[in-house]
Amino acid sequence: MHFFGSLFRSSIGRKVLMAVTGLILIGFVIGHLVGNLQVFQHPDHLNGYAQFLQQLGPWLWVARGVLLVSVVIHVWAATVLTLENNRARGPEAYRIKHTIRATLASRTMRLTGYVVLAFVVYHLAHFTWGSVSRESFKDNLELYTMQSDYKFAGIPVVKAGAEVHDVHEMVVLGFSHPLVSLFYIVAVGLLSFHLLHGLDSMFQTLGLRSGRWSGALRTIAVVFCVTYFAGNLLIPGAVLAGNLRPHTAGPAFSSR
Amino acid sequence: MVAANSTQPLSITLRVWRQADARQPGKFVEYQARELSPDMSFLEMLDVVNDQLTVKGEDPIAFAHDCREGICGTCSCTINGKPHGPGRGVATCQIYMRTFRDGDVVTVEPFRAAAFPVVKDLVTDRSAFDKIQSAGGFITVRAGSAPEANGLPVPKPDADLAMDAATCIGCGACVAACKNASAMLFVAAKVSHLGLMPQGQAERDRRVLAMVGTMDELGFGNCTNYYECSAACPKLISHDFIARMNGDYLKASFRAALKPESAGASGGV
Ligand code: FES
Repeated sequence: MHFFGSLFRSSIGRKVLMAVTGLILIGFVIGHLVGNLQVFQHPDHLNGYAQFLQQLGPWLWVARGVLLVSVVIHVWAATVLTLENNRARGPEAYRIKHTIRATLASRTMRLTGYVVLAFVVYHLAHFTWGSVSRESFKDNLELYTMQSDYKFAGIPVVKAGAEVHDVHEMVVLGFSHPLVSLFYIVAVGLLSFHLLHGLDSMFQTLGLRSGRWSGALRTIAVVFCVTYFAGNLLIPGAVLAGNLRPHTAGPAFSSR
Repeated sequence: MVAANSTQPLSITLRVWRQADARQPGKFVEYQARELSPDMSFLEMLDVVNDQLTVKGEDPIAFAHDCREGICGTCSCTINGKPHGPGRGVATCQIYMRTFRDGDVVTVEPFRAAAFPVVKDLVTDRSAFDKIQSAGGFITVRAGSAPEANGLPVPKPDADLAMDAATCIGCGACVAACKNASAMLFVAAKVSHLGLMPQGQAERDRRVLAMVGTMDELGFGNCTNYYECSAACPKLISHDFIARMNGDYLKASFRAALKPESAGASGGV
């Protein structure tokens, strides 16, 4: 039997694919959040960081490719498994639907998954393709002149004086629409909820969970999800609360 | 939850799934069960209702049962939406009427799964489990007189864990309770109880691959870690065994892909 063939064909194999692609995507959302939290520093940071990512050229496309393939496999496996699950109950459903202990997060995975997928598309349209909120998209903003070097892992990767896209301004302007911000907060909340069951399930599917430390794993999952949500809440929250303002209108960040 | 009037006789309304055979459509039919002793078991209550139906010349309710002491796994009703009824860690035959209150409406359905077709009324065909079992739920031993009991040392913790898995009575409640009708808990219990023992090592990889493969073919659903199975299990077998099986399956698939093969031999494993 070919190992990869069995991953795609067997029930457990597909679940392993769900777990592994889920883990890759969790890794991405952590990195994405940590990178974006630079918005709270001088605009040089977020703008330098964005320029640095653009400079990666082919490597950026490799990373995007891995993420895209992960999303496709994750959604494919979820779809195939769900269709099989719907058939597995048989011709007749139970008259009395009873849940003994399945958590709300586990029972809403499909729903939260749909919202997250729709959100990812919107998010890309918002900040990557610029097809929504065109006026505040980076292409339509004045270029930003770096005041100091941007260092990544101690190495200066973007030099002072370089003219770069003003991503900092785009983010702040993007989140200054209360409805947009609210949608982000709700969507990321549901994503955190999705990850709560997802992370827990990953340990189970990869065979890493056992009764002796299942409580600890659950705690790790809960702490991760709460922290992740709080981190994400910070950016639109700070813009809405007026703590994070366009830097073109004075100092970008104040704690008031 | 023992009802307050647990020494008083009680009457309930039964709403039972009646289906003449696999090909005919079924429906719920209501029956009144009156003046029941609270110490009656649920199956004895069904016996009483069936006696009355027989006297009236009606077809009695078909339900599966055998040992009536929670060890054979034959009884299989879903009572008020929960396989094996309201108790925890008990089979349908171990449910007593004192669990219910006077005037309750009790809905009784068969275990629902595509892989467990209804034979009649509450009786389902669970031979899918036998197929999974015969695909790999065995070990190869030298036949003959019983071996010396301590001939093969087994660490006590392993033996205990294997025994937890071996308490599975193969009733199918895990499938019935799972919102995906997945058989993972049953298969995991069978895979683990042999895989934890030294006697089970020779076929360990082949066993998990064959049993999971057969499970997939039979149309069971896929586990999404609801953990309803282990909560409904009359033996409360832990879903930790599912994690163990997942790990075993992954390692076995990996090894199966890489294991050296003899160029001369064509058969064997
Ligand atoms: S009849 Fe044997 S377990 Fe219930």
